[in-house]
Amino acid sequence: MLKFLAKRLSATVVVLVLVSVSVFMIFSFLPIDPARLTCGKGCSAPVIEANRHRLGLDVPVQVQYGRFVKGFFAGRTYGEGGARLSCPAPAFGYSFNRHECVTQLLKEAFPVTFSLAIGAFIIWILMGVSLGIVAARRQGKWQDKSATAFVLVGISLPTFVSGILILIFALKLGLINPIDMGRWVSPFTDPVAWFKNFMLPWITLALIFAATYTRFTRANVIETSSEDYIRTARAKGLSEGVILRKHTLRAALAPIITIAGLDFAGLLGGAIITEQVYNLPGLGRLSLRSVLIDYDLPTILATTLLAATFYVVANLVVDILYAYIDPRVRVG
Amino acid sequence: MKPFLEVKNLSVTFPTEDGLVKASNDISFSVARGETLAVVGESGSGKSVTSLAVMGLHNRKSAIISGQAILNLPTGPVDTISASPDVVRKLRGKSMAMIFQDPMSALHPYYTIGDQISEAWKLYNEGSRADGIKRAVEMLDLVGIPAADKRVKEFPHQFSGGMRQRVMIAMALVNNPSLLIADEPTTALDVTVQSQILQLLRQMQKEFNMAVILITHDLGVVAEVADRACVMYAGKIVEQSNINEIYYKPDHPYTMGLLNSIPRLDQMEGRRLQAIPGQPPSLISLPAGCAFRARCTYSKLVPNNRCATEVPELNEKFANHFSRCHLSEAQLTQARASLEVHS
Repeated sequence: MLKFLAKRLSATVVVLVLVSVSVFMIFSFLPIDPARLTCGKGCSAPVIEANRHRLGLDVPVQVQYGRFVKGFFAGRTYGEGGARLSCPAPAFGYSFNRHECVTQLLKEAFPVTFSLAIGAFIIWILMGVSLGIVAARRQGKWQDKSATAFVLVGISLPTFVSGILILIFALKLGLINPIDMGRWVSPFTDPVAWFKNFMLPWITLALIFAATYTRFTRANVIETSSEDYIRTARAKGLSEGVILRKHTLRAALAPIITIAGLDFAGLLGGAIITEQVYNLPGLGRLSLRSVLIDYDLPTILATTLLAATFYVVANLVVDILYAYIDPRVRVG
Repeated sequence: MKPFLEVKNLSVTFPTEDGLVKASNDISFSVARGETLAVVGESGSGKSVTSLAVMGLHNRKSAIISGQAILNLPTGPVDTISASPDVVRKLRGKSMAMIFQDPMSALHPYYTIGDQISEAWKLYNEGSRADGIKRAVEMLDLVGIPAADKRVKEFPHQFSGGMRQRVMIAMALVNNPSLLIADEPTTALDVTVQSQILQLLRQMQKEFNMAVILITHDLGVVAEVADRACVMYAGKIVEQSNINEIYYKPDHPYTMGLLNSIPRLDQMEGRRLQAIPGQPPSLISLPAGCAFRARCTYSKLVPNNRCATEVPELNEKFANHFSRCHLSEAQLTQARASLEVHS
């Protein structure tokens, strides 16, 4: 197990290095000059050059990358004298558009994204898995047909459509106060406000996932039900309830852990559309703004790396969990 | 004393889009405790369907069943066909048990052998998990699994095919059932392992004084363990007798064809194995008359084309020897003789 973990962890580090290098490379090839963007139209060449130096963009890309890595572990300082700026480790750089260390931006955005992801995750898992089980058990009956209808609607409606529809309904019904939208309230200071703020985004985001999970669970439960070992369980004289809970679901839900882990990790990197629709200041919106509006290299690099980290770590966690559930994939 | 299981006029039909599939058709047989009945036939002849219906393991939504399967329990007879699913469920594992063809897939991959056996034991016995595991070790020991106390903690994928079938047998027998249905228990196994498993089954039958139904397509297996045999073709029993007469006095052209198609060590070299020509008929549209007629070498011998028009009855030709054929006894004797000439 330790050997397995060490192997997987080192692979994780390699992946992250590759991701950061790729993002760096892409930016160095872009026909956009970040130094030029630091000041307005009337900017003179010397000012641009000075800014380029301050940003550390006047050195070759490999040196920039080296400084980035060093900064991540040791913290980073920009400029000299009175214009000195320093970001403590782990530093992802300094966002000159926002005049803030990127790490600080991430610290502010992450709780929003995490709140959104965790709530939606709980809703879609509960809803998708239970609907899927019911549909499989009542195959061909009205329960199954309604679940199929739900799946169709859920999968066909893009988040920006369902999100806006839900938003309009909620506003018409007076369920939410538009003033409160997008205001980040920590669940530790005001849990009720937090819950109210996130209720609609959760439902919006959960809807599409719940649909996929319903379909997946239904298919898996039906397939597992026809396995030989389920017939064996029946031949032993076990009741249908025990067979479902102990024998069918254990095998049918194992693969769901894999996709659930990866889906959740994917959302931790930011749910771009949902955050945009509900004006939530999370990582998704931060990335979107950095890419579309600000060309904010350090921020983009940071959000990309963060998303990649979540994803590879989730992969690792899922693999470990899977080994725990399925004895056949256990090592050693 | 009545035999433990009496199957009477059991028919299982599956409605499909193309029509009714008569998977098993008016089957009657009985098995007593201590006796082994072999049910022989090729794929699709209705062997498994019949036994699954007896166990109540058929698909209740899609199958139409008629007839009776009476278990003569000490508490009185129960018909597993007409009894409620819950009543039948409580007979499974306790009064009747079943083992299956593929031991690779018949055990749950996520639970240890010990858990799976003790789960079966705990259904009908009071006791802790430790008691269940202890009982599992005893059973594994009994079916000849070495180091049972260690292996009880292992998972199915850590066992070989033959060992898994032993585990299946241990699990089926843990509640001391009166009837064991073994559905092709050796088909998925190596030949050497096959004979070990058959020996084990015979030994267990003695130990527990069980009625055993052995479903197989392999007449070699039948010879080794069965007392009596039913030969099935296209959903019907075509011949039923004690095992000696099946081999030495087969009374149906299909049985003769089956015997002719197995290699025998005592026969002269260079002889080609005789296959039965053709295919079994569709169970949706069975031909009028005898279902075997199209493949039967002797049907022309029967006058008035009766084989094509009249379904032969299952008649008792000799004492306790039933056969479903229009041929006269003289013609059958002749056919038997030609079988021996072949050999």
